[in-house]
Amino acid sequence: MSKPGSETSKISRRKFLGTGITVAGMSVAPGVSLINVAEARPLDQPVSSKQRWGILVDANKCSKGCTSCVDACFTENGLNRGDEQHSRPGQKAQWIRKIDLRDKATGHEVSLPLFCQHCEHPPCTDVCPTGASFKRKDGLVLVDKHICIGCRYCMMACPYKARSFIHEELTHQFEYAPRGKGTVEGCTLCVHRVDQGRNPACVDACNAAGHKAMYFGDLKDSNSEVSKQLKMHSSKAIRADLELNPGIRYRGI
Amino acid sequence: MNKINYQEIEGSSSGFIALLGILGIFVLAGLGATYYMEHNGHYVTGMNNQIVWGLPHVFAVFLIVAASGALNVASIGTVFGKTLYKPLGRLSSLLAIALLAGGLAVLLLDLGRPDRLIVAMTYYNFKSIFAWNIILYSGFFGITIVYVWMMMEKRMNKYYRPAGMAAFIWRLILTTGTGSIFGFLVARSAYDAAIMAPMFIIMSFSFGLAIFLLVLMLGYNWTNRPLGDAIIYRLKNLLGVFVAAVMYFVLVFHLTNLYETEHHGVERFILAGNTIHTTLFWVVQIIIGSIVPLIILYSKLGRSRMWVGMASLFIIIGGIAQMYVIIIGGQAYPLNIFPGMEVLSSSFGDAAAYHAYSPSLAETVLGVSGIAIALLIVVLGVRVLKFMPDSLADKDVDPHQKA
Repeated sequence: MSKPGSETSKISRRKFLGTGITVAGMSVAPGVSLINVAEARPLDQPVSSKQRWGILVDANKCSKGCTSCVDACFTENGLNRGDEQHSRPGQKAQWIRKIDLRDKATGHEVSLPLFCQHCEHPPCTDVCPTGASFKRKDGLVLVDKHICIGCRYCMMACPYKARSFIHEELTHQFEYAPRGKGTVEGCTLCVHRVDQGRNPACVDACNAAGHKAMYFGDLKDSNSEVSKQLKMHSSKAIRADLELNPGIRYRGI
Repeated sequence: MNKINYQEIEGSSSGFIALLGILGIFVLAGLGATYYMEHNGHYVTGMNNQIVWGLPHVFAVFLIVAASGALNVASIGTVFGKTLYKPLGRLSSLLAIALLAGGLAVLLLDLGRPDRLIVAMTYYNFKSIFAWNIILYSGFFGITIVYVWMMMEKRMNKYYRPAGMAAFIWRLILTTGTGSIFGFLVARSAYDAAIMAPMFIIMSFSFGLAIFLLVLMLGYNWTNRPLGDAIIYRLKNLLGVFVAAVMYFVLVFHLTNLYETEHHGVERFILAGNTIHTTLFWVVQIIIGSIVPLIILYSKLGRSRMWVGMASLFIIIGGIAQMYVIIIGGQAYPLNIFPGMEVLSSSFGDAAAYHAYSPSLAETVLGVSGIAIALLIVVLGVRVLKFMPDSLADKDVDPHQKA
């Protein structure tokens, strides 16, 4: 604690203005951030369980017919670079998809994106014989393409059908998003971006489209926007009955 | 009762060569299909991101389940001390090894990356039932080979009972593991049931014995070796009990699901839908594969070997249909990702009433080649080693018959 008049309490006018402008720029209204700062670990530090990445999807804000998140994911991870020429529609990879739903009892309709839910207890990693499906300490559920044998047991086990099998040779992969024939893949939550302190592509695309229906951040940091939002309003985990504690939560379903 | 004399088959007849040739063609076709599928990728199959396990899995799991069941005949002789079954122990063990090899070959060749077999053997996730199964399958080969060796090698005869006991326990664990592949899948309405494991065990009894009976009768017929009615009658009566037991487990499984509202959808889809799964269930699995064989086995028809053979064949066909309904049908029914909600649209098939699957020729050939691999191993096995007693005539095997 610094006393008034001490050295540390003296804030220069320039510094004060700078901080003020930054704060004003980051939050235009309570609960809405223009710039969502994901606090990434430095790249020379190991992944730590002190963080757990997650997304809150506000289905009330998600627009029916909008596929910005899907398009951004495909572009970011190279799913639309002209590969999979031979695969039938049902065989092509989809890491994220838009689903329109209607409540059978009330008729209420919602639209939402569905992708890997990055469970705390992922059934896909349980069943994977080689350990290719694994959960990173910060909660990201990933596939090690080097030891995936393509048995597809994870696809049988995933309650969200969040994974795709690659049915043919690919040639246009990005270095940061390795993919290959005969292996299984799914949403990585854009791990390459998250490690750089950036949002997943879908979240940025949703913000850019003006919907702002996705909040990304560290679920273990009570000051993160996503944690604040989750605390403020009720939200749901899909198939909460399975007790998998997914890192992706939904509001409005 | 005479001393049993085991003898290799002669294997110089044109029939033998023709049999080898036909099986060889099927095996080569299976390898060709594998090359085609692996070279191009799985887009040349009927499988997709909804039906991820196709016809190869149907045949592979059927063969693996039948393998452990085929060993039962040996177990009844060794573990339960039934004299009549003892001369059949070697052939039963050979058939078990062969069926497992056929099933595993298909399973392996259908992997997305079969070239990574070494990865599967060196990286283990011990929470995975698949990983347990890799150990259980390898162990089954090892234990059964030791068991056969102890039966065949006079000096080791005194140890064969503990080996037979170990093989029996191992096979029960193995089939529990196979059933649990499905039983432990929480996500899918058609699975996620503990009854899967015991149901698979009783299915193995039935399928394995049906295949054993067919191989036994054809083998003795083609080699002109005597095969008495005592063995056939005993085995066919036992087979009937197993078929009825499978029906009981199927009944309990579906009754439980029908009681629980959350499973009504999948039950309606399988039992009263308008897809191939409903037809396969009622017509092939229940009528052709269960009721008709029961009538044959326990009526006057059961005294005819031709009809016992037909009943065995029907049970095998019914068994493959049952596997199809379990494996493909279980995937064809869409995942209930949003209980209480209706999916209006999705690009990934979530709104579909069911997922269709049309197997391609390649995956069908691969699946069928598993049977050919198993039979080829049996044929070569009995050709080079003393697996088959030269006589199974009643006077040679039945302790109650006068010599």
